Amino acid sequence: MATLIDLAESPVRELNQALHSTAATSWRVLNPRGAHAVACGIREDHTVDVEGHVGYYCAGMNQHATVTVHGNAGTGVAENMMSGTVRVRGNASQSAGATAHGGLLVIDGDASARCGISMKGVDIVVGGGVGHMSAFMGQAGRLVVCGDAGDALGDSLYEARIYVRGTVKSLGADCVEKEMRAEHLAELAELLKAAEREEDPADFRRYGSARQLYHFKVANMTSY
Amino acid sequence: MEPATHGLRESATFDRATIHAIQRAAETGVYDIRGWGAKRKLPHFDDLLLLGASMSRYPLEGYRERCDTDVVLGTRHAKHPLRLATPVTIAGMSFGALSAQAKEALGRGAGEVGTSTTTGDGGMTPEERGHSKHLVHQYLPSRYGMNPDDLRAADAIEIVLGQGAKPGGGGMLLGQKITERVAGMRTLPVGIDQRSACRHPDWTGPDDLAIKILELREITDWEKPIYVKVGATRTYYDVKLAVHAGADVVVVDGMQGGTAATQDVFIEHVGIPTLAALPQAVQALQELGVHREVQLIVSGGIRSGADMAKALALGADAVAIGTAALIALGDNHPKYDAEYRELGSAAGYFDDYQDGRDPAGISTQDAELSARLDPAEGGRRLANFLRVMTMEAQTLARACGKSHLLHLEPEDLVALTIESAAMARVPLAGTHWIPGAGL
Repeated sequence: MATLIDLAESPVRELNQALHSTAATSWRVLNPRGAHAVACGIREDHTVDVEGHVGYYCAGMNQHATVTVHGNAGTGVAENMMSGTVRVRGNASQSAGATAHGGLLVIDGDASARCGISMKGVDIVVGGGVGHMSAFMGQAGRLVVCGDAGDALGDSLYEARIYVRGTVKSLGADCVEKEMRAEHLAELAELLKAAEREEDPADFRRYGSARQLYHFKVANMTSY
Repeated sequence: MEPATHGLRESATFDRATIHAIQRAAETGVYDIRGWGAKRKLPHFDDLLLLGASMSRYPLEGYRERCDTDVVLGTRHAKHPLRLATPVTIAGMSFGALSAQAKEALGRGAGEVGTSTTTGDGGMTPEERGHSKHLVHQYLPSRYGMNPDDLRAADAIEIVLGQGAKPGGGGMLLGQKITERVAGMRTLPVGIDQRSACRHPDWTGPDDLAIKILELREITDWEKPIYVKVGATRTYYDVKLAVHAGADVVVVDGMQGGTAATQDVFIEHVGIPTLAALPQAVQALQELGVHREVQLIVSGGIRSGADMAKALALGADAVAIGTAALIALGDNHPKYDAEYRELGSAAGYFDDYQDGRDPAGISTQDAELSARLDPAEGGRRLANFLRVMTMEAQTLARACGKSHLLHLEPEDLVALTIESAAMARVPLAGTHWIPGAGL
């Protein structure tokens, strides 16, 4: 039986304090009404279902918990997540999964600009499309886009890997298409399965860093 | 032949350093990246003087009457404000830019005198947490090594928007300093040049910052003071926006503030001097009615108890030191002069912190060089320096009749130059004239 917290009755502070300090493992949050910082900073193996739309930084810095937003999420959902799973049933605003170090972020709908910006090990699966500058300076982890990607995908990419099923409007500096080998098809299949997606890995293309901007060189002046 | 004795005249516009810079650029095709802060002559605290007591003010007895030095930072919202024994803190410097030994020495020295030290880009190391009595954890645009457990382990959180050496600029840790440990902490390959972003990835503008601060408070259960650090540029507006966003403490870093690696052109040509920024910050806090409620830390070229006393008199609650702390550890020490010269520098001039070959074992990740710095000895030297700074400031404050360093006030100051009078908003010595006042 889930512990019920109604944000129409109690503030986000009470919710987060409870999530940080009690042993209950199953939570249902009603009436989030776009509140910010809902269910952020969890360290425990909780399951949290948020029934509605959330504002900025929902499930920010999550560790271990499974947080599901049954609605849309504002800026920075699951930012800097370390582990666990965050799922958005609707769409997500910009900077979804920003700088996240681990765990799985699933966005059933579309994500906006800068999805996976500076990602550091998280896996992100987006059912729809992503906006411009997604995976900008992505360091590690995988970004899977089942729809289309906007401009400057993977700009200044480090070692994060990107899979896109639809079209890519443009690639950012130092991001190139790469061969889809068997190991990539296998890891993509696993990611799609974890995200409960039905797409065929064979329909995706892989993008990664050309690693030409790893060292500061004056010859690269026009790329900077 | 000594050129000057033979009537040769050096150009003020094209002096030797400028000629060398042009020649170097022409030869190498890259701009100069270096450490340290602005080296040009700037209006500074040396241009202010304190008015000791005489007939109209009553001094306190040196070495006998108390002049307290404690300061509490983060009283506005945090459940656990930082209580420091002296209002001089250690500014943010990263493990990566500095050796593990240097970070440990900073923690030891600061802890010994009851003040705080600060992490930097790349995350918190167990050594610095272990050796720092009060540790401020920086929250930076790159989020390298950002772990919520470290936020919880910190005593305060400093959201960095910029630094005085390069307001508006990100960072670059060059590949030669990226060892396996540094790379691992930052989730990047060994040996590549690491770019640190200049903008935060998940918020833009002051309204978003308010929500970011809310998130950090929620994650840490409203326990930690939250600082906002800005490089000094449009300080009056930046401080107002930081306060509106909910900062407990505002840190203003002037253009003399140091860096581990930035373009020389950036260091010397962007930002404003600490002296010009401080009164703007105080004005902003006063207009919002939160001066002393939101504490102000000022950094950038602070070198002595005199600088500290003058900054406090102008309205700061504390100062922070970076370059001076490294010098206290042994940076630019004459004993390394021969080795500095092998690197094309000299003791007193060395600023190649980006290069990773620091003979003093401070701005390096080289195991052999780092081992030259004994953290315990470095900590002892820093603690000595911090005590001297504090005692110098107390001496000056007592002379002005103050029983606490924070009782120093602008009325205790006069300026030596017209420009410093205008910037510091105190009268030119011997006059009642504050240029620009009342305009």
